[in-house]
Amino acid sequence: MTVRRRILGAMTRRPALGTASLLLPGGLWLVLFFVVPMLLMLGASVMHRGTYGGVEPGFTLEHYRRFLDPLYLQVLWRTAAWSALATAVCLLLGFPVAWMIAASRRHRALLLFLVVLPFWTSFLVRTFAMIFLLRDTGVINSILMSLGVIEEPIALLYTPFAVLSGLVYGFLPFMVLPIYASLEKLDPALLEAAEVLGARPAARFVGVVLPLAFPGILAGSLLVFVPAIGSFLTSDLLGGARQVMIGNLVQNQFTTARNWPFGAAASFAVMAVVLVAVLLSLRLRDRDRDPARRGSG
Amino acid sequence: MPLAQFLRVSKSFGTTRAVDAVSFDIGRGEFFSLLGPSGCGKTTTLRLLAGFEEPDQDGGDIRIAGVSALRKRPYERNLGMVFQSYALFPHLTVGRNVGFGLERRRVSGTELARRVAGALATVQLDPNDFARRHPADLSGGQRQRVALARALVLEPEMLLLDEPLGAIDEKLRREMQLELRQLNRKLGITFVYVTHDQDEALTMSDRIAVMDRGRIAQIGSPAEIYEHPRTEFVATFIGESNLFEGDGGARIAVRPERMVLIAREAALPFGYRFLPGVVEDVIYQGEMLRVLVQLDGNRRCSAALRNEGQLSRPLPWTPGTAVSIGWKPEDARVLADA
Repeated sequence: MTVRRRILGAMTRRPALGTASLLLPGGLWLVLFFVVPMLLMLGASVMHRGTYGGVEPGFTLEHYRRFLDPLYLQVLWRTAAWSALATAVCLLLGFPVAWMIAASRRHRALLLFLVVLPFWTSFLVRTFAMIFLLRDTGVINSILMSLGVIEEPIALLYTPFAVLSGLVYGFLPFMVLPIYASLEKLDPALLEAAEVLGARPAARFVGVVLPLAFPGILAGSLLVFVPAIGSFLTSDLLGGARQVMIGNLVQNQFTTARNWPFGAAASFAVMAVVLVAVLLSLRLRDRDRDPARRGSG
Repeated sequence: MPLAQFLRVSKSFGTTRAVDAVSFDIGRGEFFSLLGPSGCGKTTTLRLLAGFEEPDQDGGDIRIAGVSALRKRPYERNLGMVFQSYALFPHLTVGRNVGFGLERRRVSGTELARRVAGALATVQLDPNDFARRHPADLSGGQRQRVALARALVLEPEMLLLDEPLGAIDEKLRREMQLELRQLNRKLGITFVYVTHDQDEALTMSDRIAVMDRGRIAQIGSPAEIYEHPRTEFVATFIGESNLFEGDGGARIAVRPERMVLIAREAALPFGYRFLPGVVEDVIYQGEMLRVLVQLDGNRRCSAALRNEGQLSRPLPWTPGTAVSIGWKPEDARVLADA
């Protein structure tokens, strides 16, 4: 206690400059590798297209205008919808897992280890592994056929289902971990209190567990939705040519199409969607924290 | 008929018997305390009564109002509970916390508001001030009152309290002890109170069940428990006791305030047992003075003497004084083995 107070005292006595200087390395890093590239991209998105890639000087908004074409908006819409769907599926699958880990006393460390285990191999390799599962001669179809459930292989690979599976598989841990963190803090006595007061299991879940896990659910949803909307590897490998996501479009513009300005404009469109999602979740969180609206009556 | 009965109830966790064939009755309207050190099984006993734990297979029966409560959910037992950690719902206002049980019972509108306000008033909280606040904005004592109101608003037959004053500072705790006792009298609700604090149990209870290693060591009124401790455990856990060898090798216990001290050279009064000793220390405790006396064979006992004013009329005992320390045989309690 006294040691802590002394440390706190020392920290507060120091002028603000001392604490601020701690931010310097991280701040520099962010300016150099985040703010500068963003500005470069912003610049590129309003300049003319270079013939062999790159940009030519001049100012134009034609790339943004071009993006408003229904063809591209449809890709953006599809991307947002798939990402939202993947987030929802991750939530449905991840919540029970997080609950189980939080409830388990003896195996908690092991279960958490298993959740992060997939990160030990690269995302690329894991996505390739999905191909071996999903393709016509893959594991799933082979088993179903040998069991006589189906005669012909079902088309799994290069379908929206494959892309969705890949997204869910790739980002599930990002949903599980924050929800686990919020459930782990939940005092079991709260559930017992609710039970004595007459709350059946469903009422305890809706009335106590869900509101208290809400920050974790929100964080997890953001952590799945944001990378999902920018992903291109999953749709590239599992979706084939027909299931293009906005990430593929951007990647394509910078590589084969050699249209840097349009790629930059498209990626700013993605960023706009992400920004809306983040602002929305902040609003939800603030509403959750605002005492006046948390529940009246 | 007693309100609650434990009939040879046992509960094990793994290979540990937390509660071991325990039997007792709790009367209607009684303030009944379960007292014992941590790990004695008192909380498990309370949780068995609440329905959070089920007795072992063939682990006896728990009856509430004459009916077996086995496999009845907590909300089917007509009881309220106050938890050690308060267990207030942090996302709900004080008003919604108190109204939680009523909402589950489909009480709403003005009826709900009226009963919530009534419960808050019962625990001395102004409904207009507190109903819209959140638990995080309250002090420990206020949270405890909200937890009480939340349990009382359903007008249960029995209120279970699991060390509810453990996290509250000393002065407030004394106030709350008296207030809880008054609530018990006023509302006529049976209180079942778990504590490890013997003072608290003595202050508040009609009857105390002293628990030791999963069993009930003794059950009785505070006076019975204090003045006639049955075992060495009870004699030393509730208050202090000097333990001596009695006639025929039996263990006897004498309370420090029953001990008398006289100077070694003085004549011994008739009808007392005396042992020679040397004053080791005199401890000033306000209303009492505790005199520690070293006996032969490296044993020690203590006498608690009324403080008559150490500055005006100091006691003659100082460390090193040779004394005789004694007791009346009728103040000695013969202890059973266990």
